[in-house]
Amino acid sequence: MERKHYKQEINMTEALMNRINELISHYPEDRRKSALLPVLHEVQDAHDNWLSIELQDKVAEILHIKPIEVYEVVTFYSMYNQKPVGKYMFEFCQTSCCCLNGAENLMDYTSEKLGIKMGETTPDGMFTIAGVECLGACGYAPMMQLGDFYKEKLTEEKIDQLIADCRDDKIILHDK
Amino acid sequence: MSQKILLDKINIPGIKTYEVYRQNGGYASVEKALKTLTPDEVTEEVKKSGLRGRGGAGFPAGMKWSFIDKKSGKPRHLVCNADESEPGTFKDRYLMEFIPHLLIEGMITSSFALGANLSYIYIRGEYMWVFKILERAIAEAKAAGWLGKNILGTGYDLELYVHCGAGAYICGEETALIESLEGKRGNPRIKPPFPAVSGLWANPTVVNNVETIATVPWIINNSGDDYAKIGIGRSTGTKLISASGHIKNPGVYEIELGLSVDEFMNSDEYLGGMSSSRPLKAFVPGGSSVPILPVELIFKTANGEDRLMTYESLSDGGFATGSMLGSGGFIVYNDTACVVRNTWNFARFYHHESCGQCTPCREGTGWLEKILWRIENGQGREEDIELLWSIQSKIEGNTICPLGDAASWPVAAAIRHFRDEFEYHVRFPEKIKNRDHFVTEPFSQVKHLVGGKVIV
Repeated sequence: MERKHYKQEINMTEALMNRINELISHYPEDRRKSALLPVLHEVQDAHDNWLSIELQDKVAEILHIKPIEVYEVVTFYSMYNQKPVGKYMFEFCQTSCCCLNGAENLMDYTSEKLGIKMGETTPDGMFTIAGVECLGACGYAPMMQLGDFYKEKLTEEKIDQLIADCRDDKIILHDK
Repeated sequence: MSQKILLDKINIPGIKTYEVYRQNGGYASVEKALKTLTPDEVTEEVKKSGLRGRGGAGFPAGMKWSFIDKKSGKPRHLVCNADESEPGTFKDRYLMEFIPHLLIEGMITSSFALGANLSYIYIRGEYMWVFKILERAIAEAKAAGWLGKNILGTGYDLELYVHCGAGAYICGEETALIESLEGKRGNPRIKPPFPAVSGLWANPTVVNNVETIATVPWIINNSGDDYAKIGIGRSTGTKLISASGHIKNPGVYEIELGLSVDEFMNSDEYLGGMSSSRPLKAFVPGGSSVPILPVELIFKTANGEDRLMTYESLSDGGFATGSMLGSGGFIVYNDTACVVRNTWNFARFYHHESCGQCTPCREGTGWLEKILWRIENGQGREEDIELLWSIQSKIEGNTICPLGDAASWPVAAAIRHFRDEFEYHVRFPEKIKNRDHFVTEPFSQVKHLVGGKVIV
């Protein structure tokens, strides 16, 4: 099977490096590696929400660890994206408690509306939709994660509104 | 109204901020502990309180603290487990989001008891906005002199940081959490050594749930004995319950342990009964890992006593007729819910979340998911039910960490109590296909199997 190689422009801005150094300072001098998970989140947020191999190598260099130590972490945790995703990623909780209140139907609705299946991205690169496991919002079901935030007690009308707001650039994705 | 000790101040406007929290008696336990008590005296109060770990296992917190190795001279750490991921559970998030300083106060007082000078709150990556709330609250507490060097002039130093995960249920297991905090994959460690001897960076470490740590300030401000007066028997104090599913008022509730399940489910102060006219079918009292119970075992135990919200009463009858309090993830099902589909959904969850270290769990959870999926989709075989039973029994107890057990128990309980539903799926595949599960169609209209006999 041919493995597609996605290109990514790496841009380690001063603000990003300052934040990374702040995160590293939270751990003892000889335990830089401990900052890996939080650093990956910051780096991913600043790079269109995904982590290319080159970007992972960069993180390894910053933390003074081997690239493999970054790869094995990126492949283990579900929040790190290893290929490009849409600007707005709708991650629906698909675990039982949300399903009891209609998550499956809502996922079908969104899928139909955007014309893509779960796990796919719209051709314009605006939206990715995916089903994920329990997000800890069972009492406010059905719900999804969008950037750093949760959108809860969703309905078809709310999905329509969210899609419209995304298209109008009215959605804040990160709390920086 | 039952007594509240965690959420009593939650409705005060601005309680999220340091100033308002402090004006309402916040950080008093830190003052009391650091200025008037020794670390061992703080531990002693927590022991006396009978407080049990609120993450799910229910291990006495004071006892856990007393295991920490103070002799080796290595640095010690307190790590707060805020990796709340058990399906049905969302209480810790509520505490951290709306009264973050309560957790920080608890972290300081508890770290003092353990002699920890560097502590962490490990929060799941999906709670990113809560991570930011905690970071800001820690900065406020530090600016006010509750963290850093020589706190309150007592000579005690403490640095506290938040660390975020990145989407792995397994990191709620304490040794996997430690691995993850070290910047690695969340693979649980073989115990012993226990974290109390060799935890974070091989230093003595205690890992406690958010709710456990948030309870410590009240215990220190009042006393362990006062705390032990709340509740019944070995279930002391109050507990946060996350309620979801087919109920009128889902959300987070603080209850005194000992409240009856009937009152919790049906009174307007709590869940307010079912969300629609569809009747109650089953419930899961403590998060997806614990056994599901059918309606006849919810309000009464098998021997006819009232079922109470306590560790003991919910597990009364063992797994044959009982369940567990677990993390307090209280999921309610009405008769539209299909138990087979629910069990498949949970099995998929555990398969997805298995770290892959132990063969019985890595392979077994996948088999459970696959078999349940084919039964649910009308392609099941009669012998599949036995096969499921056999697989779950071979995962349970044969893995490094309890994820294997957690994957097995819901399958076993579903077959134990709802075998007729599994049989119906296998025998009448054409009626099973293309149903709108969970949402509109009452399962009772499809299912007409009573006592193994079809009465269509």
